[in-house]
Amino acid sequence: MDVTIFMQQMINGFSLGSMYALIAIGYTMVYGVLRLINFAHGDIMMVGGFLGYFGIAVLGLPFAAAVLLAVVGSALLGMASDRIAYRPLRSAPKISLLITAIGISFFLENSFNVFFGGVPRAFPVPPYMEKMVEVSGLMMPVSAILVPVVTVILLVIILWVLFKTKYGMAIRALAFDVDTVNLMGIDANRIITLVFGMGSALAAVGGIFWAVNYPSVEPMMGVLVGLKAFAAAVVGGIGSVGGAVIGGLIIGFTEVVVVAFFPELGGYKDAFAFVFLILILLFKPTGILGLDFEKSRF
Amino acid sequence: MNIAIKKDQWINLAIIAVVLWFIWFASSHFDEYTIRILNNIAIFIILAASYNLINGVTGQFSLEPNGFVAIGAYVTALLLVTPEAKLYQYAIVDPYPFVMTLHANFVTALLLAGTFSALLALCLSFPVFRVRGDYLAIVTLGFGFIIKILAINNPEVTNGSLGLNDIPEFSNLYWTGGIAIIAVIVVLNIVNSKFGRAMKAVRDDEDAATAMGVNTFKAKTLAFCTSAFFEGVGGGLLAALLTSISPDLFDFFFTFQLLIIIVLGGLGSTTGAIIGTVLVIGGSEWMRFLDEPMKFLSYETTAMPGMRMVVFSLILIFIMLFAREGIMGKRELKDLFKSKKKGDK
Repeated sequence: MDVTIFMQQMINGFSLGSMYALIAIGYTMVYGVLRLINFAHGDIMMVGGFLGYFGIAVLGLPFAAAVLLAVVGSALLGMASDRIAYRPLRSAPKISLLITAIGISFFLENSFNVFFGGVPRAFPVPPYMEKMVEVSGLMMPVSAILVPVVTVILLVIILWVLFKTKYGMAIRALAFDVDTVNLMGIDANRIITLVFGMGSALAAVGGIFWAVNYPSVEPMMGVLVGLKAFAAAVVGGIGSVGGAVIGGLIIGFTEVVVVAFFPELGGYKDAFAFVFLILILLFKPTGILGLDFEKSRF
Repeated sequence: MNIAIKKDQWINLAIIAVVLWFIWFASSHFDEYTIRILNNIAIFIILAASYNLINGVTGQFSLEPNGFVAIGAYVTALLLVTPEAKLYQYAIVDPYPFVMTLHANFVTALLLAGTFSALLALCLSFPVFRVRGDYLAIVTLGFGFIIKILAINNPEVTNGSLGLNDIPEFSNLYWTGGIAIIAVIVVLNIVNSKFGRAMKAVRDDEDAATAMGVNTFKAKTLAFCTSAFFEGVGGGLLAALLTSISPDLFDFFFTFQLLIIIVLGGLGSTTGAIIGTVLVIGGSEWMRFLDEPMKFLSYETTAMPGMRMVVFSLILIFIMLFAREGIMGKRELKDLFKSKKKGDK
């Protein structure tokens, strides 16, 4: 096997895995504080991609400003979804929360479908992102390097917030016991909204990277990615930010490597994440990092 | 006590008789369009009543119907399509020889469809119910996608994305309505049995149920497999009603429709599931003006999902936020009469 091709695929896998990781972090954090599989998370990533598209193609913003618009817009959307739909159901049975999440997911997908059409729109990728650079004999686009780098930076920021700030402490405490947190004089609802905001902002970054890589956006783009990212979060160990990154990278690598070296399996690449999910549930339900969810968080 | 039970049974028999008379009356007097809607309602009653068993009665959030309905539809279609019709259908690749030899009558096909679905559900329940039910939703959602991927990528069996055509149109109101009656009776009997009480205990408090010696894994698995069985049968009826099926038919919207039905009717109430079916299937006919390009009953085309789905999702969120009990709550028809009598006294 050609070493160059192999390295190229490794970098592709790393890039794809980083995108899954960015989205999986949002799942794992929301699950950590609310025990909710936020089905709408993948669609918030889609909204992020669309906002980036509108920022560049309609408003004529530079790429960085469009990213900022997408991040802020998605964070607000995530916080609004919590405020409007999830907060009134805090004391309701969990199944109501899950059904509402499905409702929001379906609402976002279909309203974008109705108002902006189901046809994929070409994403205006800035030329410098598509430029090929040579790194020790490997040719690759700038974006393939940018995605993992940005992911690492964002991961460091998230971990810093979680472990070095008062808000992070509140989030970690919330994962243990909501009632006690409230008794300690912390507004649990505000912290949960903050978690939604952080997760949605990361999802928006993931959505923009997705849009740059495949250069298009469409209303259903978040469905499968969201499912795979959740599978990634479970594989890595749900509730753990580091686990989400590990799970994302594993699933990203597997998809790229299997499709590259066993092309006849290409049609099944969307199924790998679920096979992983089922295997991990069978043999190690706590995930790779082995977090016992009732004992340790994040 | 004995007399009361007998009275209940008479009422049940009377209801069944009225429904049977209605089926006979409808199939001989109504026009084709109305009968088609009634067929759909009957099939969706089968699906909703069984879906309600896992979601409403056992309280495990599952998103499986589209996967099992697809399996049921494909199994039935493969067994029903005649070899001559199969010969010219497989346009992409030649089918495996065993596909050509598959043949069975309608009843056998439906039973096999249901059994196959139930067995798959049993396989799924081992990884899923080993942990808390949280993962059920995501595993079943992924399962639906995998079934679709398999159907597209195995043209030797399923004819790929072209789907199977010329399925003999066996389904009529007697079949769909009759099986709907059977499904409702079976589901109600399960709910009122020892297993049904175990399922409700799991829903209300899983820890307490375990402490009381309820085998929660068994209760959940039984609910899941029964759901899958009837979803397989319903899928078979659907295939024999539509006469052509393709992987796109069974996307997530199918499950979403059923979810709205049981939530609107009241999670945990079979009567509610029936009322919800009539309202949602009838209502989506009525709401067709919202998105004209859609053809007969939303699941025939996925090309242009429209305004109706936005309205549906808003209804779902609204019910969850403001009327979580739905129409019936957890009550059944007879509970309504009971509470009325008490009120009179």
